Amino acid sequence: MLEIRWHSRAGQGAVTGAKGLADVVANTGKFVQAFAFYGSAKRGAAMTAYNRVDDTPILNHEKFMRPDYVLVIDPGLAYTADITANEKEDTKYIITTHLSKEELVEAIPKLKGKEVYVVDCMQISLDTIGRAIPNTPMLGALMKVSGMFDLEYFQNAMKKVLSKFPQKIIDANMAAIERAYNEVK
Amino acid sequence: MAKKYELNEVEVWDGNMAAAQALRQAQVDVVAAYPITPSTPIVQNYSQFLADGYVDGDFIMVESEHSAMSGCVAASASGARAATATSSQGFALMVEVLYQASGMRLPIVLTVVNRALAAPLNVNGDHSDMYLGRDAGWINLCSYNPQEAYDLTLMAFKIGEDLDVRLPVMVHQDGFLCSHTAQNVKPLQDEVAIEFVGEYKPVNTMLDVSNPVTHGVQTEEDWHFEHKARQHNDLMNSPKVIKRVFEEFKALTGREYDFVYKYKMDDAEVAIFALGTTVESAEVAADRMREKGIKAGVVSLRVLRPFPFEQIQEALSGIKALAVMDRSAPGGTLGAMFNELSAAMLAKGESPIMLNYIYGLGGRDTTIDHLTEIFAQLDECAKAGERKYPLQQFIGLRGPKLSFY
Repeated sequence: MLEIRWHSRAGQGAVTGAKGLADVVANTGKFVQAFAFYGSAKRGAAMTAYNRVDDTPILNHEKFMRPDYVLVIDPGLAYTADITANEKEDTKYIITTHLSKEELVEAIPKLKGKEVYVVDCMQISLDTIGRAIPNTPMLGALMKVSGMFDLEYFQNAMKKVLSKFPQKIIDANMAAIERAYNEVK
Repeated sequence: MAKKYELNEVEVWDGNMAAAQALRQAQVDVVAAYPITPSTPIVQNYSQFLADGYVDGDFIMVESEHSAMSGCVAASASGARAATATSSQGFALMVEVLYQASGMRLPIVLTVVNRALAAPLNVNGDHSDMYLGRDAGWINLCSYNPQEAYDLTLMAFKIGEDLDVRLPVMVHQDGFLCSHTAQNVKPLQDEVAIEFVGEYKPVNTMLDVSNPVTHGVQTEEDWHFEHKARQHNDLMNSPKVIKRVFEEFKALTGREYDFVYKYKMDDAEVAIFALGTTVESAEVAADRMREKGIKAGVVSLRVLRPFPFEQIQEALSGIKALAVMDRSAPGGTLGAMFNELSAAMLAKGESPIMLNYIYGLGGRDTTIDHLTEIFAQLDECAKAGERKYPLQQFIGLRGPKLSFY
């Protein structure tokens, strides 16, 4: 079972991102779960969202998770949220930041020795979509780091997920995914 | 004529979307609703379907849940198929009208997304609202995941509206753990679902002016008891229809439902009983225990009301120790499910060692580790041949261990 935890602020699209990923993965015949915890928190509050992926139906409904991937889509949360909670030895971190990997690990000592990737999803989404919605670029970065799907397959699958939106928004998201895919380090 | 909704063979839906799609496919005439977390998206999705032309019926925004159920009662008495959704405080406010709906024999469908009751205010899942309504005279169906929330909501109409039943039906799903958890769901295509649910045939409708009738009348000691006895009698006889609808659904989809749900109970020596999403988590825990050589199983109810007394006796027959998990504050006694299962086993004259666990209140996480710990306690009791722990324990609680009896 593959397990992913998202750290986000309510309104940045982690739930949509997690559900979009689940949609794409379910199309390949796998079983998925996408869920989130936000209680009665308001826009801007720190929150977490989750994905599970498996080859058999997913029966586990515990919130507790030892993630394979931690996706941080708000730069500030890398500092303030417990992003290493319940980590495994080989948990991979993909973090939204304008810093280099070395600068980030220097600033957040608990990331030392971990497999950390950085990508500036905020800037990418501002440049492409025109709003700070860092969820789709993060999915592009995840595709690169995990090798889950190649870029073209994933973009085509996401086009279907986003099909209810105007073409302009779909195109902007495709550009965001591609940039993050190429820029994640 | 409503538009056909394009559906994939496999959709990724949370429990709320699953319930909303089932309401859409049931071609409900009137939805009267007052949205409340975590069931809000059922009503939100449904009103979106309406705005987009996928629903022919009426949607009435009312000023409270009391009015939502009152609106459903009025619509149903007038001859319309009626349904709504609620949770928690909203459910509590509906309770008065829930009894009216069942007493007036109106086959309304209520999708309940289970959530804790205040105080303290809490929007997360537990079964306080389910337990609050369990004596209201409704048929109660329980789902453990979004697929089942969808399937059971479709079946609810066919069961409640059957002329031998004519009773309202609730379909329960866990707040957030089901309602906001997107999973693979295989929906029926619109025409297949519509054909399965069938046309609603109302009885003694208020708007049939050539055959004037009165609804919601007063009966004092002369007739009240007979009305309530007849109502109970028909609820107790509804399993015939429920069984038939389960069979028809299986023939259509291959998905099998029964009054009692069992997982690896054939050779089980210890078992967990739970409701909701915890049933499936307990299956994961049971498999882990089996790897250690402990014969663990899981039992649940698909039909909470009418209570499947004989089937639960049969399911629990021969096991050595049973944990009954109640996800509702027991309010000064043992958990309600513990008491009901105890009664079933007492009547059978053979009882396993039974323990009651209160868990998950207000959305507290119930982990696989909690569940394997329960199985370990059961195994210890089974091997010793006696109860080694207090009758009622609280699990997943911070601070000192809390237990009673």
